Amino acid sequence: MSSSGAAGAGSTDSTAARRNTKRPKYSKFTQQELPACKPILTPRAVISAFLLVSVVFVPVGVASLLASRKVVEIVYRYDSKCIPKNVTNKVAYIQSSADKACSITLNVTKHMKSPVYIYYQLDNFYQNHRRYVKSRSDEQLRKRGEENETSTCKPEDMVNGRAIVPCGLIAWSLFNDTYSFSVNKRNLTVNKKGISWKSDRNHKFGKDVFPKNFQNSSIIGGAHLNESIPLREQEDLIVWMRTAALPTFRKLYGKIEEDLKEGELVNVTLNNNYNTYSFNGKKKLVLSTTTWLGGKNDFLGIAYLTVGGLCFFLALAFTIVYFVKPRQLGDPSYLSWNRNPGGH
Amino acid sequence: MTKGRIRARIRRSHLYTFGCLRPQTTEEGGPHPLQLHGPGYSRTVYCNQPLIHEKKSLFYCNNNISTTKYNVLTFLPKALFEQFRRVANIYFLLAACLSASPISPFSPLSMIAPLAFVVGLSMAKEALEDSRRFLQDVKVNNRKVSVHKSNGEFVPRSWQRVMVGDVVKVEKDQFFPADLLLLSSSYEDGICYVETMNLDGETNLKVKRSLEATLSLDNDGAFWDFSGTIHCEDPNPNLYSFVGNFEYERQVYPLDPSQILLRDSKLRNTDYIYGVVIFTGHDSKVMQNSTKSPSKRSTIEKKMDHIIYTLFTVLILISFISSIGFVVKTKFQVPKWWYLQPDNIEYQYDPKKIMLAGMSHLITALILYGYLIPISLYVSIEIVKVLQASFINQDIQMYDEETGTPADARTSNLNEELGQVDTILSDKTGTLTCNQMDFLKCSIAGTSYGVRSSEVELAAAKQMASDMEEQDTESDLSNFPMIKGRVPRQNVRRAEEIELETVVTSKGDEDKRPAIKGFGFEDSRLMNGNWLKDPKADIMLLFFRILSVCHTAIPEVNEETGICTYEAESPDEGAFLVAAREFGFEFFRRTQSTVVVREKFSASGGVVEREYKILNLLDFTSKRKRMSVIVRDEEGNIILFCKGADSIIFDRLSENGKMYLEATTRHLNEYGENGLRTLALAYKRLNEQEYTEWNNEFHKARTAVGTDREALLEEVSDLMERELILIGATAVEDKLQKGVPQCIDKLAQAGLKIWVLTGDKMETAINIGFACSLLRQGMKQICITLDSDAVTNDRLEVVKGNILNQITNAAQMINMEKDPHAAFALIIDGKTLTYALEDDMKHQFLGLAVDCASVICCRVSPKQKALVTRLVKEGTGKTTLAIGDGANDVGMIQEADIGVGISGVEGMQAVMASDFSIAQFRFLERLLVIHGHWCYKRIAQMICYFFYKNIAFGLTIFYFEAFAGFSGQSVYDDWYMILFNVVLTSLPVISLGVFEQDVPSEVCLQFPALYQQGPKNLFFDWYRILGWMGNGLYSSLIIFFLVIIIFYDQAFRINGQTADMAAVGTTMFTCIICAVNCQIALTMSHFTWIQHLFVWGSIATWYLFLLLYGVLPPKYSKTAYQILIEVLAPAPIYWTATLLVTVACILPYLAHISFQRCFNPMDHHIIQEIKYYKKDIEDRHMWTRESSKARQETKIGFTARVEAKIRQLKGRLQKKQSALGVPSPTYT
Repeated sequence: MSSSGAAGAGSTDSTAARRNTKRPKYSKFTQQELPACKPILTPRAVISAFLLVSVVFVPVGVASLLASRKVVEIVYRYDSKCIPKNVTNKVAYIQSSADKACSITLNVTKHMKSPVYIYYQLDNFYQNHRRYVKSRSDEQLRKRGEENETSTCKPEDMVNGRAIVPCGLIAWSLFNDTYSFSVNKRNLTVNKKGISWKSDRNHKFGKDVFPKNFQNSSIIGGAHLNESIPLREQEDLIVWMRTAALPTFRKLYGKIEEDLKEGELVNVTLNNNYNTYSFNGKKKLVLSTTTWLGGKNDFLGIAYLTVGGLCFFLALAFTIVYFVKPRQLGDPSYLSWNRNPGGH
Repeated sequence: MTKGRIRARIRRSHLYTFGCLRPQTTEEGGPHPLQLHGPGYSRTVYCNQPLIHEKKSLFYCNNNISTTKYNVLTFLPKALFEQFRRVANIYFLLAACLSASPISPFSPLSMIAPLAFVVGLSMAKEALEDSRRFLQDVKVNNRKVSVHKSNGEFVPRSWQRVMVGDVVKVEKDQFFPADLLLLSSSYEDGICYVETMNLDGETNLKVKRSLEATLSLDNDGAFWDFSGTIHCEDPNPNLYSFVGNFEYERQVYPLDPSQILLRDSKLRNTDYIYGVVIFTGHDSKVMQNSTKSPSKRSTIEKKMDHIIYTLFTVLILISFISSIGFVVKTKFQVPKWWYLQPDNIEYQYDPKKIMLAGMSHLITALILYGYLIPISLYVSIEIVKVLQASFINQDIQMYDEETGTPADARTSNLNEELGQVDTILSDKTGTLTCNQMDFLKCSIAGTSYGVRSSEVELAAAKQMASDMEEQDTESDLSNFPMIKGRVPRQNVRRAEEIELETVVTSKGDEDKRPAIKGFGFEDSRLMNGNWLKDPKADIMLLFFRILSVCHTAIPEVNEETGICTYEAESPDEGAFLVAAREFGFEFFRRTQSTVVVREKFSASGGVVEREYKILNLLDFTSKRKRMSVIVRDEEGNIILFCKGADSIIFDRLSENGKMYLEATTRHLNEYGENGLRTLALAYKRLNEQEYTEWNNEFHKARTAVGTDREALLEEVSDLMERELILIGATAVEDKLQKGVPQCIDKLAQAGLKIWVLTGDKMETAINIGFACSLLRQGMKQICITLDSDAVTNDRLEVVKGNILNQITNAAQMINMEKDPHAAFALIIDGKTLTYALEDDMKHQFLGLAVDCASVICCRVSPKQKALVTRLVKEGTGKTTLAIGDGANDVGMIQEADIGVGISGVEGMQAVMASDFSIAQFRFLERLLVIHGHWCYKRIAQMICYFFYKNIAFGLTIFYFEAFAGFSGQSVYDDWYMILFNVVLTSLPVISLGVFEQDVPSEVCLQFPALYQQGPKNLFFDWYRILGWMGNGLYSSLIIFFLVIIIFYDQAFRINGQTADMAAVGTTMFTCIICAVNCQIALTMSHFTWIQHLFVWGSIATWYLFLLLYGVLPPKYSKTAYQILIEVLAPAPIYWTATLLVTVACILPYLAHISFQRCFNPMDHHIIQEIKYYKKDIEDRHMWTRESSKARQETKIGFTARVEAKIRQLKGRLQKKQSALGVPSPTYT
């Protein structure tokens, strides 16, 4: 409530001591006087910043664009072509056990240097749906001992009271179209090794975990797995299990490790098994080479060029305006009290 | 006895319902003891029998006080309740509760951890603040006082153990531990002097007088068998009333407030007193008076709430959009998505129970998009404010060496409000002034004495000298168009002329301030008896006698040194007596009827003791504005000595008494102009018969019974105080606190309005107004007052009409005024204010007050201070700051947006109620102009940035939803989301809030106009806030879509792999971290190593985290396993995308600020540039010129005063020249 000082005489010593203790200690930090750099945006700095950006961005953009242009990509949509003309109910057809082999021909328009990557592309397939993403059990995939860890896999967790390995909707809906390629009647070997991430193979999918009770339930989703091959070596599954971010995605199918020459015709024999018809999804087969940038991606280069160009334009605009209507830096006549005297 | 106790119990039961009732009747001094009954008067105290009060029926609360908000038990529930009063926290709590259910898109940990962190931190802060209050309480409760134990033995006991009924002995300069009944004192007549500074802020001593019956109880032994009973009113907050009876030795005596010593007042000038405890602890009057300090929130924080509500609206809106999307998708598409097994689906996705699914998705969405509302905003702001407050506390330039007190930000949540203050309401005594008067000058017999200059004079002279110098070289006379274009030669001559007129007084050296307290006079003509040689020595003798005799003070002789000090009613009187002593007329003894003065220098040469018999004393009242004494000196002559306000005295002079009138008037004006308070002195010789006749009249009037006694007395006094002979005038400097005028000047230049609210009388207040340059000569004073007759005689409507009339007239006068330099001052007294503050008139009053350059309210009660503050706060809607030092300022301090208490002096109540305490008024400048300015900008920028970053982040989650079938899947790992607010973006924004400086501190002081950026709210207006939100929206779009398109479907590495969700999410998150941190780097203008470390460190931390997270076994890192090493880092597209997105995000902001800076720079930009190019060092002249211009147009303060004086002089000069025939405006 009231003061501390019912200070009688003779307390001067203690007050002096108190003074010393209460006195704030001087340091550059507490007095907010730390040395600081105070960069300011002078026109020169601004113009050079914009120029710098454009100088960096334009070459990067050009390089990306060139890289993208170097990529040869063949995209072939086969989902409708591979349905026999007389079939009206596509869904019933795809779910039937009929032989769904189909043959298509791809025209190599440009020399494709090896390795040529084979992708399948699905459209309108929501691998990123929350229910779908969650429906897996990493423990189970990794360790044999955790086979029964299927609580997160519902509804594809158990069949007849036994755990499914690999469980969950993702594995259950594994893509099961297959492709084989030939050029001039010569079969091309498709290398399916090394299409998945190494860390996945080594640490996420166990070498002693074998598929069990897979696709044994009443409804069969996608591909079957060979129960004698450990998950670690089932690279199609490993690739599939990395869920895509967008409803349109490509997944690596394999590699052709020889060049495809311009003008060659590649015959593809495919088994059209996978049901995308019920949700109007498209299926495409993609052959593509890569560069340092990856696949064909003009957008990055264009974006770089746009931003670089914009910066150049801004630099130019600032330069012009600066020359037309220069303002001396630190010119006090721009201070508010000089600009509108009296009228604050 | 037993009967009485039963009655007491019955009455006490009423206490709880009617305890706050005021006494209806106060028959003060009535001959018979009051019959105390009815509610509100039930307290019974058995003196010297404290044990009785331990029993139930008479148990009163103990003397332990507690001002804390919580105790150990209530802390948790209460503090939690406080925390969850914030809407945002409730939202996060709900989200955390729901996070355990399958609806939640996140893991429970990611929801609960940040909330627990945020709430825990805030509660820790509360606990810390409360513990400080607790320690303060403990200190007070443990003070010692002597208490009668038994058998006349007194033992020291701590305050908290003092009980009702205890007899205590309080010694000199100690505080009273509780409300006491005074029994006896070290003085024989049972009086004691009390300082009530802590209660009402008045520093003068008050006399308390014990009952005659208890006078004999004046030693420890007398209390052996003392007993008595007090019946009195119940505890109430009324400081100035007390009703009770004291039953002692079978007699009943009435008690009145003059026997009551209140807790927290202090015993002075009295060796010891004995008293009986009546009210203890929270029952005591001072504690009853204390109100819970209201919790204040700053304007920015209130506005921030609006932004949060806006964001909530956006959140709900996008959640609805998202839910509708979800419903549509689920209803029409999901049944076809066989890979989801739609026939075997949980309820929250089930297309067949679409309503339920939709509702649960809405909740999911509300949680998912919660990142729009920055959970860490409150806690970051709290951290920042605590750090800012510690900077305020540690500012060595706000540390007062004399009292050893540093500044103290007692609540940290108003820091930024300091930068937005518009009106300062200041107490006077103890705040602006030290309440110490210095006798500085006098005018005797038409001659002015005293060579030392007042502070006002010195400063004015200094300023003018420098101004003239500048104008000479600059010829910058744009302010004075009438003299523009004059030839330089004349210019120089004019300057010389002005200098001659003004600087002549500035000889006095500032460091040669008086060694004697209250005496600043210096003139060899009067000192050391030199006046004896003067031809007018007889008049001087009279002058000195008036000084030493005409007063009501009590001398106190210091036994060691033999020097007298004086306890005077007002400090001026003290100054007069000190002056008289120094002149050789030492007043050293007073009895009921005599005054004895020791005259050092007399015509005879030796030291003479002269005794004056006081015949009559005509008291000072604010209406009379004069006081007189009629004395009979040793020769038997009857003389009337009179001192008073000049206007009053001048009206009462006799024909032959006007000899020095003209010269004295001139001197008085001069003194007034120099900020001194003046009084005129006069005398009159009476003959015996004349006096006796008058004295009979006077006696009659004095003994008259009835209401008109006062009027009668006044009338009779008036008869006597006529035909006076003027001999001179005094000029006393009301010593302002150090640096006050300069501080007011700077604050005025910073555009602040200053109102003075004082309990002092009008003249004093006006004088101080002059001294602080709130008033000056040539300012039109609008005094709104009432005749006291009018109040008593007229009906209420008439009185109010009268006041309204005065107000409207004054307002009209201001409207009619053409001269742009005309300044008005409004002076209003407390009585008038009572009416002016009523609902039907207050807006007119406020309107008038706002138009005036300065406002002074005098004679205002503490409550009125609070009311005026509320009126200004609510009427103008601007931020108000109240500053004061005494308990009488507590109301105002609590009412204002910011309350500042002056610490360092004894009283602590103002400080306890305040938000900030400083030791001296002058520190206010630094507190507002530097700390306030910085804190405002820091907090404003910080909040804007906070919303920016959370919008930029939160919206990307929303966009992704649209691509994930609105299923509630987030593209980011849970850990990224937790870390976003808590680690990866928090430190840079905190460093912005703590360390940002637009301009260095000295520039803030040199360019007070920069302060206006705060009151004008340039940095937190909706335009700016929306701009930042727009920037956030833009950034979110850029980040999301660029990343999505770049990583669309093709391979992103040379090895042909395509990007999965983890890769896309991580890249996107990298882009966000880089963009928001680069953005804050652009926002900052002040980089110490700390900012560098935090900003760049945050980006580095992200990569480091990603690296470490990726190294963790896949069990913990899940999809992020080895994501940086294996997946992203080797891919050039990851790096190029980050670069592209970051640059694209900050590009518009960079272009915007560059454009603004280049073509429409703000003041601080220019100053930064000047500093950057060191132009201020190269071109000192420009720098000083600009800093002198960098101020708001103001009509108060030194500078304005000096300007007015220059204008006046120039005007005069012009007249002179035109009279001489120099055609001034054209060349010849």
